[in-house]
Amino acid sequence: MMASSGSSAQFSGSGLPTQPDRASRSRLVSAFNDIVGGLRLWRLALSLGWLDIRLQFNGSRIGPFWLTLTTGVMVGSMGLIYSQLFHLVLHDYLPYLAISLILWQAGLSSLIQESCSTFTRAAETLRSVNMPYSVQAFRTMVRCGIMFGYNIIVPIVVFLALGVWPGLTMLLAIPAIAVWLANNVALCLLLGSACARFRDIPPIVGSILQIMFYITPVIWEPKQLGNTTFWLYFNPFYALLEIVRRPFLGQMPDPTLWMIAGGFSLTLWILALFVFSRSRSRLAFWI
Amino acid sequence: MKDSSAHTDPKTTATAASISITDLSLSFPIFHGGARSLKKMLLKRGKSLLASARGLQTGGTVTLGQGETGTVYIEALRDISLSITAGERVGLIGHNGAGKSTLLRVMAGIYMPEAPNVHIQGKVAPLLDLLSGMNPQLTGRENISLFGHQKGFNSTQISKLEKDVEAFAQLDDFLDLPVRLYSTGMTIRLGFGLATSITPQILLMDEWFMAGDFHFQERAEKRLASVVDSTDILVITSHALGVLEKWCTRLIWMEHGQIRMDGPVKPVMAAYRAESEQNNQKDHA
Repeated sequence: MMASSGSSAQFSGSGLPTQPDRASRSRLVSAFNDIVGGLRLWRLALSLGWLDIRLQFNGSRIGPFWLTLTTGVMVGSMGLIYSQLFHLVLHDYLPYLAISLILWQAGLSSLIQESCSTFTRAAETLRSVNMPYSVQAFRTMVRCGIMFGYNIIVPIVVFLALGVWPGLTMLLAIPAIAVWLANNVALCLLLGSACARFRDIPPIVGSILQIMFYITPVIWEPKQLGNTTFWLYFNPFYALLEIVRRPFLGQMPDPTLWMIAGGFSLTLWILALFVFSRSRSRLAFWI
Repeated sequence: MKDSSAHTDPKTTATAASISITDLSLSFPIFHGGARSLKKMLLKRGKSLLASARGLQTGGTVTLGQGETGTVYIEALRDISLSITAGERVGLIGHNGAGKSTLLRVMAGIYMPEAPNVHIQGKVAPLLDLLSGMNPQLTGRENISLFGHQKGFNSTQISKLEKDVEAFAQLDDFLDLPVRLYSTGMTIRLGFGLATSITPQILLMDEWFMAGDFHFQERAEKRLASVVDSTDILVITSHALGVLEKWCTRLIWMEHGQIRMDGPVKPVMAAYRAESEQNNQKDHA
């Protein structure tokens, strides 16, 4: 039951066969039930997510638009400096930088980092109320989605200002963003559980993301790699980023990238279900 | 609130509420030292692997406990077996740390929800914590609607809930202020009003609910009585023996995580009182 092997003795008197496969199947079933129960309480997840945002910006007049403002300033200044550094034309480079930076910062990076605290920040509630743990995962997803929404305004303004409107192709980003949000839920279940047990995981995740930022084409373009572009296929962050970014730039994403992103998401979900189903009954003790 | 009342009449419920626990033991993992760190744990595991490969540890037995030396288990419940059927009003007595609150949390499905030797039948409402899932940063009114969402209510049900709780808690203007500004008594009024606004099949209460001023106590008792009357099972913990005598039909006396005595109120209460007096006399002597 708990982290040590000796804990299996806790059920010694149950009289039930403790076959490992049977136990893990029932664990999976309860994990599924938990997720279904969380989906039923979507209204709760929605209002919890909204309230998180509102409380964060309590007392400021423009509220969450602070997110938009700070991002806008950052994109503007980085665009000026980097176009000088890389000898690029601002008109060509700024739209690319704007969308890439936002998709990384408010997208992939924040989806991953926020998922770490899924259960730890709701410790009080989880200890006193019996509700599906997955509600906290959906709550985190709603919060991340809203933050993303406020941030995505910046590149759209940049597109409008520079007159580079991507057209209807942009709609292709919607299914890709849906994949992101689904992955966010999986990450919440996976990293949320792991971080409840091991408190040094968030900084580890932070360091990994830092590295990923530089080896993923966020501020540089994949074609700058020349012949070695092929290696990018081994970076799942690249695939995940491109399926959302290309439509925003008015291009069709490479189907191979969709396949890589899909395969990665599937693996992530399997891993998440495995970890979540095994730690669900212990979470109340960990947080 | 309306649809839940349909579940509460024991005659109309398809499945009567029940709690059955057999031979339950529960230990808390207490993490200290490096037990919270993944890096340290991996390092320790690596070391112990290397050490055993080299065969250096032949003499002494180093129990690394699966590489988590910093984890200690505290046994909170030991060999608990009990079964509570519909219609019973159970009181848990015992000293601080006897395992009463832990047992309540097991019954609420918060601790060990998957244990095969714990069977809980029926809708449970736990009143374990003063804040019980409230967010102190939000206003009372927002917390009410959050509570409604938690129960899966729609907007009309929530506005009904709001009126009900507002009338009971009598917080007036404070209802639109953040809960963190409330006094303890006001928080209790809100929490109690919320928790008793629905009628569950199984009601679990920790002792906090008996706080509050005298005027509130009277109204609280009235409201509680109406809820308790329509629930199948009530389990409360309290140090106020008078309260337990009044509300309960059965007492479970807990000591060191075990059941010391279980039975009708009178004999258990008498035994408990006798021992408490004995202890007091020992202290005085």
